[in-house]
Amino acid sequence: MASETIRTAPAASLRSRLPVNWLGLLPFAAFALLFLILPTMKIVIGAFQTPDGSFTFANVANLNTPSIRAAYWISIRISVASALLGCAIGFAMSAAVVLGGLPRVIRGPLLTFSGVASNFAGVPLAFAFLATLGPVGLVTVFLRTQLGIDLRLLGFNLLSFWGLTITYLFFQIPLMILIITPALDGLKREWREAAEVLGATGVQYWRMVALPILFPSLLGTFALLFANAFGAVATAIALTGSSLSIAPILLFAQIRGDVLGDPHLGYALAFGMIVITGIANGIYIWLRARSERWLK
Amino acid sequence: MRRLWAWGALFLGLLYFVLPLIGMTEFSLKMRRGEYSFDAYAKVLGDPRFQETFSYSVAMALFTIAFGVLLVVPTAYWVRLKVPRARPWIEFVTLLPLVIPAIVIVFGYIRLYNTSSWLPLTGTATGTNVLLMFGYATLALPYMYRAVDTGLRTIDVATLTEAAQSLGAGWGTILARIILPNVLVAVLSGAFLTFAIVIGEFTMAALLNRPAFGPYMQLLGANRAYEPAALAVISFSITWLCMGLIQIVSRLAPKPPSQPN
Repeated sequence: MASETIRTAPAASLRSRLPVNWLGLLPFAAFALLFLILPTMKIVIGAFQTPDGSFTFANVANLNTPSIRAAYWISIRISVASALLGCAIGFAMSAAVVLGGLPRVIRGPLLTFSGVASNFAGVPLAFAFLATLGPVGLVTVFLRTQLGIDLRLLGFNLLSFWGLTITYLFFQIPLMILIITPALDGLKREWREAAEVLGATGVQYWRMVALPILFPSLLGTFALLFANAFGAVATAIALTGSSLSIAPILLFAQIRGDVLGDPHLGYALAFGMIVITGIANGIYIWLRARSERWLK
Repeated sequence: MRRLWAWGALFLGLLYFVLPLIGMTEFSLKMRRGEYSFDAYAKVLGDPRFQETFSYSVAMALFTIAFGVLLVVPTAYWVRLKVPRARPWIEFVTLLPLVIPAIVIVFGYIRLYNTSSWLPLTGTATGTNVLLMFGYATLALPYMYRAVDTGLRTIDVATLTEAAQSLGAGWGTILARIILPNVLVAVLSGAFLTFAIVIGEFTMAALLNRPAFGPYMQLLGANRAYEPAALAVISFSITWLCMGLIQIVSRLAPKPPSQPN
């Protein structure tokens, strides 16, 4: 349909040509509008509406209860912890392979495996960790029977802050490896040599040359990992049932059965999630613009 | 010294990844007391609910891939050819699904397309299936668009189009017989990734109440001990297979000479 309109474009005058070209984007724009932007707008608007449609701040204000505050707080902590650890460990593994002088044959398989592991999220991931660190899991049993270490006596529980964080790392670390490896490849050998010629130590090279160059990609990945963990529902539900109330689980229960008794509170909950991932990405965009300014 | 550090970091990291894989595999084999057996797998594969939900999700994945290709390839092509100014905007939109959690998007669907709305998609099973497919297409959009756009970068879109046009080809012919074959490897990579995402997706299917594989796995996980581990092994193999296929198609493909952007 759109292409028919466009075929007549060369005949049209130059002024009307530009809008006609933009018509080719119509199918994509319609899709994005209907199934991405409007649904999100609906949530945002609904968060500020009473059931009969008038404007209110009451829904958002109603979020300020101890249980909902606690749910957001633990969600944010899990997301920050798993994003930070994911960045750090992923960086270490990637740096080990790219800069650590390991044989190059390791690279390909590591990247392929990262592709697999970063997509191995959701329900099966929870099963894998239950079978490993759960009450009768492989590692739990091994530590208890062979080494006499009882994880439960030590206070470790898979259905907790640390349990979820450790589980989320399974898709966070590989994502970091996939994104940061090309960036580490981009570090030119000459930069290091130049720094060394000028008398820089290894630490100085990293602090004053390499890290500032990598800063935008590191930040971007952190924001991405944060949003990734913050929106993860399936893993958490399969792992904990609903015994650990984190923000997405609360929203899930709210959509399923209106447990909070107020449908517009659901909008507010979802709006809160958009705001938090939005802030994370806003900070990223801002810092990136700043760091690129002095990188030039 | 540096190499020792590198080996250490790599080894510790890999240990973290290998243990859960061993754990789930070992657990899935333990159903029969005292010996390893494939009982859990036999149970799962013989379950009619498994067969139904799995084939439902496979069908959904195939529809999502078909729709995604039809949407993304012409758009990415058109942007490169005619409206490069729109590129930052399109890229921004395709990255949105990574920022807006899936649960929020599907919540919007439920409220926007419910039975009393202007487009009551959730009123019928077919309508809900279509809605779910659009949802999956949204989730896969960042990966699909990136893959296709990277593929288009390696060919000279403008020259190919002009050559085809001077031989009398219309837009449909250009897309189907010139552009698509040239970016086939990229499209296939995006397709396999889409498959891996859709096959185990839980949140959207569960909230739209469709009998997909993800909600089935969750239900089984809440009620059984050994079968979930077997399911985890099966899903991991599917993900692995998809990624393996991406590697294979990109390695088999003839490398086109790279073009300046």
